Amino acid sequence: MKLGDLTELAARNLREAILRNSLTTLGIGVGVASLVAMLSLGVGLQELANTRLTHSGLFDAVMVMSKSSMRGFNGPPANEPPDATPPRRLDEDARVELTKLPNVVEVYPEVRFPTEIQFEGKPFTTTAAGVPDSAKADGSYEGMKGSYFSGPDADEAILQIELAKQLSPLTDSLIGKELVLRYAERQALPAEPGATDEGGESSGFSVIPRELKLKIIGIVETEPAAGFGGFGRGRLLIPLKIAQTLKIAQPTDMREMLRGANGKVTYDSLTVRVKSPAGVQAVEDSIKKMGFGTFSILDATKNLRQVFIVFDSLLGIFGSLALTVASLGIINTLVMAILERRREIGILKALGAADWDVRLLFLTEAGAMGLVGGGLGVLLGWLIGRALTLATNAYLARQNLPPVDVSSVPLWLVGMAILFSFCVSLLAGIYPASRAAKLNPVEALRYE
Amino acid sequence: MGENIVPAVNDVTLSVAAGEFVALLGSSGSGKSTLLNLLAGLDRPTSGGVFAHGRNLAEMDSGELAKHRSQTVGMVFQAFNLLPRMTLEENVELPLRLAEVDRADRPARVHEAVERVRLTARLTHRPTELSGGEQQRASLARALVNRPTILLADEPTGNLDSATGDAIMNLLQEINQTLRMTIVMVTHDRARAERYAQRIFTMGDGKLISDLPNELQHGGATAGPGARP
Repeated sequence: MKLGDLTELAARNLREAILRNSLTTLGIGVGVASLVAMLSLGVGLQELANTRLTHSGLFDAVMVMSKSSMRGFNGPPANEPPDATPPRRLDEDARVELTKLPNVVEVYPEVRFPTEIQFEGKPFTTTAAGVPDSAKADGSYEGMKGSYFSGPDADEAILQIELAKQLSPLTDSLIGKELVLRYAERQALPAEPGATDEGGESSGFSVIPRELKLKIIGIVETEPAAGFGGFGRGRLLIPLKIAQTLKIAQPTDMREMLRGANGKVTYDSLTVRVKSPAGVQAVEDSIKKMGFGTFSILDATKNLRQVFIVFDSLLGIFGSLALTVASLGIINTLVMAILERRREIGILKALGAADWDVRLLFLTEAGAMGLVGGGLGVLLGWLIGRALTLATNAYLARQNLPPVDVSSVPLWLVGMAILFSFCVSLLAGIYPASRAAKLNPVEALRYE
Repeated sequence: MGENIVPAVNDVTLSVAAGEFVALLGSSGSGKSTLLNLLAGLDRPTSGGVFAHGRNLAEMDSGELAKHRSQTVGMVFQAFNLLPRMTLEENVELPLRLAEVDRADRPARVHEAVERVRLTARLTHRPTELSGGEQQRASLARALVNRPTILLADEPTGNLDSATGDAIMNLLQEINQTLRMTIVMVTHDRARAERYAQRIFTMGDGKLISDLPNELQHGGATAGPGARP
């Protein structure tokens, strides 16, 4: 029999006992739903963990330091003889060179400095940090109050909640108000005869107190972490570009001056953001070849993936139990159908149906129930997942925490669940189909 | 219990010529229906052979037997055996589906068969909406639709009143004469067998008791074209 005829006859047979077949299909649907709900939970939690970890900036970042400032990390072991060549300086030239490496998204320095702010006439001591513009995209500020910086060079500030509480118990009222940032600016001294290098630039500097008015535009509940102790440790966050233009005097300035930095800006460390964690190793190797020390966390994501594979497998096993029970329902339904349609099978055989045709007809019916049940199950499973997310978010809202998506039904899970349901249904249909195919047509025709 | 094997058909040798209309006559349990099932390829003999167009059905595998049932023979049953949830048209189309006839060719074939049994007006009716005679005619159309060379009829008038039975018999005779189709009809109605069949095989206790040309047919005015030479 041709596939089209087979499908039509199977559909007709399924419609004939619509209640029983619908209940069986619903059983499969519930089985698939439990599987999908369980796996969507596993996938959702994995995605949540991955997102959080990605936002932490730990897994797609490489911290770069001049070898002279490294103690440990990936620097030369202590027992090795000291390198004869002077360590390469981590300056602006190096930063530009790092930016050009393949798969590098951005390179930014860590600008963090102790400061005093004036708010409504009162002084507050805190730590300010420069935030790269890319931080907005990576989701570190999801769920914040107010808004993110309007631009990379906006005179705006985002407060960490602890600092905001110090400024005012009514933290929400702070948004839109101004504060004054007081900081120490490093200013190059005029060149003295005999004290300049070949470039004729000064190697000394003076420190001048400065002030900058900033508008408070947002408050972050949780401390955004980015990189290795980067701007996440700051309580007062300002755009990185602003932080750099302020020429803040850094503790390392003195050391660099003594080493003869030619007046050029040098960095204590730079954070190199890579496109994905997979590219970190290659970028790290390239940076080492450039003569810098590096640090990154590589294997943590691999371990995390292993944990989730075990977790997903366990969830999948529990979810499959319901589908196993549902497959018994298919066997029962089809065996009942054989009893009811015994005479019909005899007629089909008398009219020229081969054993294979009868077997295929029953398998098609089983497969159709599996497909429809699978689709239904995916829908139900997705709904269960949404309900779990809603319930979780209701709880999180009561705890004043931002919402999360604990379940996820990616396209591969949809396809896999329907395919799995189809295959399980076919397997369940094999026995009834074989029994139907082996029916003796003469006996079947006699059956009343 | 159940240990003794009772042969339903034993030591029977008969041959039917192409285009012949023969009747298998006998009382209940005489083995005539079993013989018909053997001819249809629905059953297999435990020994011996059943030949159709020179091929031994006893040596065919199940697929070949299915093909034999689909393309060589058409069957009509006493209980009509129409599928109740299908319309007349769908019932008649069913053998075409099983024989994998092209979808485009099917409507013409169905109409041809239904027209032959004069049921065109009932195409969309379900079996429960048809009278007994109409159901048997529908069953006949279904048997004819694949244009078989042999028509096997198992008590085709057994569930019908006398007038309707005669109408079906006339239809069978017409098919035999116009299409030159070989017809093997099982019946326990001697009068009908004598009236329509060209040869009568009488069976009893699974054995062939007699194989006689129908004198009425040979001597009468209604002798069919398939009469034995």
